[in-house]
Amino acid sequence: MNTTLGSTVKDFREPHPRRGLWFDPLLLLAAVGLIACGAFVVGGATADDIPGDRLYYAYRQIAYGVVGIVLMMLLSRFDYSRAREWKAGLYATMIGFILLVFAIGASARGSKRSIDFGFINLQSSELGKVLLILALAGFVVDRVRRLNEPETTSRVMLLALLPAMLVVAQPDLGSGMVYLAIALAVLFVAGTKWTHFAALGVLAVGAVLLVLVAAPKAGVQVLKPYQTDRLTAFLHPTDNPKKQGYQINQSLTAIGSGGKTGRGDQATQTKLNFLPEHHTDFIFSVVGEEYGFVGAALVLSLFALLIWRALRILTMSKNLFGALVAGGVTAMLMFQVFVNVGMTIGIMPITGVPLPLISYGGSSVLVTFMALGLLQAIYAQARETARAKGL
Amino acid sequence: MYLDSDRRPTLTPKLALRIAVIGGIALVAFAVIFFRLWYLQVLSGDKYLAEARNNQQRRILVQAPRGEVVDRDGRVLIENRTGLAVKVTPDKLPRDPLKRQALYRRLGRVLGMRPRRIERGIAKELKALPFSTATVKQDVSGQVVAYILERQEQFPGVTVERVFLRRYPHQTIGAHLFGTVGEVTKEELHDTRYRGVNLGDRVGQSGIEQEYDRFLRGKDGASKVQVDALGRLKRELTVVQPRQGSQLRLSIDIDTQKAGQRALAGGTGRGAFVVMNVHNGEVVALGSQPSFDPNIFSKVIKESDFKRLSDPNLGNPLSNRATQGLYPTGSTFKLITATAGLQTGVFTPDTVLFDGGSLTVGGVTFKNAGGGGHGALALRQALTVSSDVFFYQLGRDMNGSLKLQHWAKLLGLGRRTGVDLPGELPGLIPTPRWRNRLFKKHQTDRPWSVGDNINLSVGQGDLQANPLQLAVAYATVANGGKVLAPRIGQRIEDSSGRAVQELDAPPARHLNIRPEFRQAILEGLRGAASQPGGTSAKVFAGFPIPVAGKTGTAEKGAGRPDQSWYVALAPFPSPKYVVAVTDEAGGFGADTAAPMARSILAQLFGVKGDKARRGGPSD
Repeated sequence: MNTTLGSTVKDFREPHPRRGLWFDPLLLLAAVGLIACGAFVVGGATADDIPGDRLYYAYRQIAYGVVGIVLMMLLSRFDYSRAREWKAGLYATMIGFILLVFAIGASARGSKRSIDFGFINLQSSELGKVLLILALAGFVVDRVRRLNEPETTSRVMLLALLPAMLVVAQPDLGSGMVYLAIALAVLFVAGTKWTHFAALGVLAVGAVLLVLVAAPKAGVQVLKPYQTDRLTAFLHPTDNPKKQGYQINQSLTAIGSGGKTGRGDQATQTKLNFLPEHHTDFIFSVVGEEYGFVGAALVLSLFALLIWRALRILTMSKNLFGALVAGGVTAMLMFQVFVNVGMTIGIMPITGVPLPLISYGGSSVLVTFMALGLLQAIYAQARETARAKGL
Repeated sequence: MYLDSDRRPTLTPKLALRIAVIGGIALVAFAVIFFRLWYLQVLSGDKYLAEARNNQQRRILVQAPRGEVVDRDGRVLIENRTGLAVKVTPDKLPRDPLKRQALYRRLGRVLGMRPRRIERGIAKELKALPFSTATVKQDVSGQVVAYILERQEQFPGVTVERVFLRRYPHQTIGAHLFGTVGEVTKEELHDTRYRGVNLGDRVGQSGIEQEYDRFLRGKDGASKVQVDALGRLKRELTVVQPRQGSQLRLSIDIDTQKAGQRALAGGTGRGAFVVMNVHNGEVVALGSQPSFDPNIFSKVIKESDFKRLSDPNLGNPLSNRATQGLYPTGSTFKLITATAGLQTGVFTPDTVLFDGGSLTVGGVTFKNAGGGGHGALALRQALTVSSDVFFYQLGRDMNGSLKLQHWAKLLGLGRRTGVDLPGELPGLIPTPRWRNRLFKKHQTDRPWSVGDNINLSVGQGDLQANPLQLAVAYATVANGGKVLAPRIGQRIEDSSGRAVQELDAPPARHLNIRPEFRQAILEGLRGAASQPGGTSAKVFAGFPIPVAGKTGTAEKGAGRPDQSWYVALAPFPSPKYVVAVTDEAGGFGADTAAPMARSILAQLFGVKGDKARRGGPSD
């Protein structure tokens, strides 16, 4: 039995003279740096939002961050490989949570996305991201010898598509797209043939055309009209400056006006609420306006560090399951960062994807830290295994 | 067993490639974001900064009151009053269209306006000037305002604001002179003369209000405020106080103006008068009948009111007959004929011509207006008794040479006088060329003939002139040859009456009128107003100021009553003022216009208790 538990136990018995850290310090540094930046920016942006409580959002974000970091550290000690056996349970839990939202969800602005747990409104679609990574990695590992069969690819994509459709119906279009990105990344890292991806690409293009062009013509609304408008508004923001283009234009104005070093207290786009969703989806615009190119570059550097470490851990993983989980987590982070930042700078559609660790929101922060905790676990166990082999 | 499949001790080249692809994607994405940020923040930063500033700043205009207008003695002619205007703040109106409709209906009931009109008006104003408030109705009574303010919850977004409205305390007196104000038009906004005027501002649209608008209009104030995304005011950034327009002093004497309009009103109801200083062209009074009350223009004028005021059947009250009237002048023209004849050597003051009661030229007989003949007479007597035949002969002799037309033009007819009032019309001096051209175009039945010149010599026929032009011509003779541009505006003052800028008249043209000619003409006119047989002698009998004057009776064609004219110069022999009066249907000059001139002169010279009397039917 070559279990990781065994090697860990062995290590504790015979302490290694060059015993390394049981977590990746650079990954931790990036995560802590990002959550700190995030809390700071959220605090600044929301100072006038709640009368009499200037730090309402900042305190909460810091609290989520602290809880998240603890969660990450706990998970880093967890033998992640065991999750492979729980894949069906994890998948069922995910679907259950998402369906639960429909039943008892707290609604915010016409969409039901979260379950009220008192101290936190848990967004099931956020939790679903990390559950889906584990479940899909488990499914793919089981069928790793049949990867060349189109059936494997189809099954994995359908497994992702089911929760994706459910969250799109909440409606949370952004998370749905994250699910698909995760599935693609897991398949990609597992080694699925390029032809399968090509076929998926054709299917995707067809689906987009169907949803955005053909279906509305036929009178079937797959997406709510505002979702379609938001998705396509970035292509022509000035067409409709009062509505969909408004958010993009305000965001561009905010970021652009930040200039090289930012406007600080003069950041009127943020302070006077011209910027919509300034502490959640458009937090990066706040960074751009208040701290300019320098601030935006700092945040992006931290994300680059984070993604680099995620990819590095992916290469280190002691087993395929770990590699697939790391691939899924990397895809989740990359997709959210690029889509969110791209949206604020007008090169991506508006999809309501949060910027990990920067956007305000307990669910997103906690789930991101859980994902990072998995990466830490993969790292730690890879190091243990390497040492056990005498490397 | 499945654990075996999960073992992956080394990084396979295939996996390495795939990870490299993911890393590559990340690299490209970061590069795109980086360059996009560089473009937005470093290269276009200034543009977006300006946009951000623009976003949060709103200009709120503060209306500047117009300057006051006073007469030569500083008495107020035009002032401002504050009115209450009902406005709406668009951000605070109910968003629900149905609730908004209901609000417009309530507002319409209170203000006596149709809801549709309120809605359209607001939409129009906001289109022009977004984010500002829109005026629903100007000058609302205090009761209505109190009603609205007491029920603010029923009228969300409705506010009451104090606005300056123009007030003309003398109402119909001097209406044509003072003119009107109205909302600035689109064309005016594009005109450089209206630089700094904002849409919705009221500017002068006629009369002095228009002519001196650049002095009278103030400079609107503006406060720059910071607003948030919902349009709520956050703080005031800068405030520029409004500046009232300058005070304008006119050469008008309001008492003379009143006397003139009273005199006119006593006639047939359509006419005009001018009182002018013959030495410097200062207009002391100038009026037109029928008149109107310019106060109705100080708020938004009703369509029906405007229609009534420009209805020709009602005498087109808005037109200023003193500068826009186009009339034959009758015998008052004889001064011009005499000057032309003398100056060009056609005759001398002592040339004696025979007036047998009629003159036949080319088979057409021209009769004296009175019918009978005056016998042999020279210029003075001819003017005194207004012998038509005497002047017919001058007209006949000057035909073909254009001497008469030339001198009429020199004396200011057929061209604008240059008075500081907008809309002045040049009128017409008939010439052979003019008539022959019309004839060629079949717009008249016959070409020019000597008869036309004969008609012109006594101010009948195709001649078109107005009282102001006649006043200028008479003043030119009286002052020895200065063709003056009449002036109404005297100087620009600050609010305490201190002069800021004198409004100088443009330089006058000089004609070399020989003193003996001037004297002969003046004596002839004096005789007319004083000697037995003089056309207006009866009218001026007992008048303490020596007046020289000429009656005129212009024939208006079949079935229409004659137009009555009188031009007076006083005091004789060194006249200071010229008074020109006409009544469109007043008949003989001595019947209507001359008594009017007497009342005006009485006021002008402070003759107390003077009672104007009618002259006989002589011309």
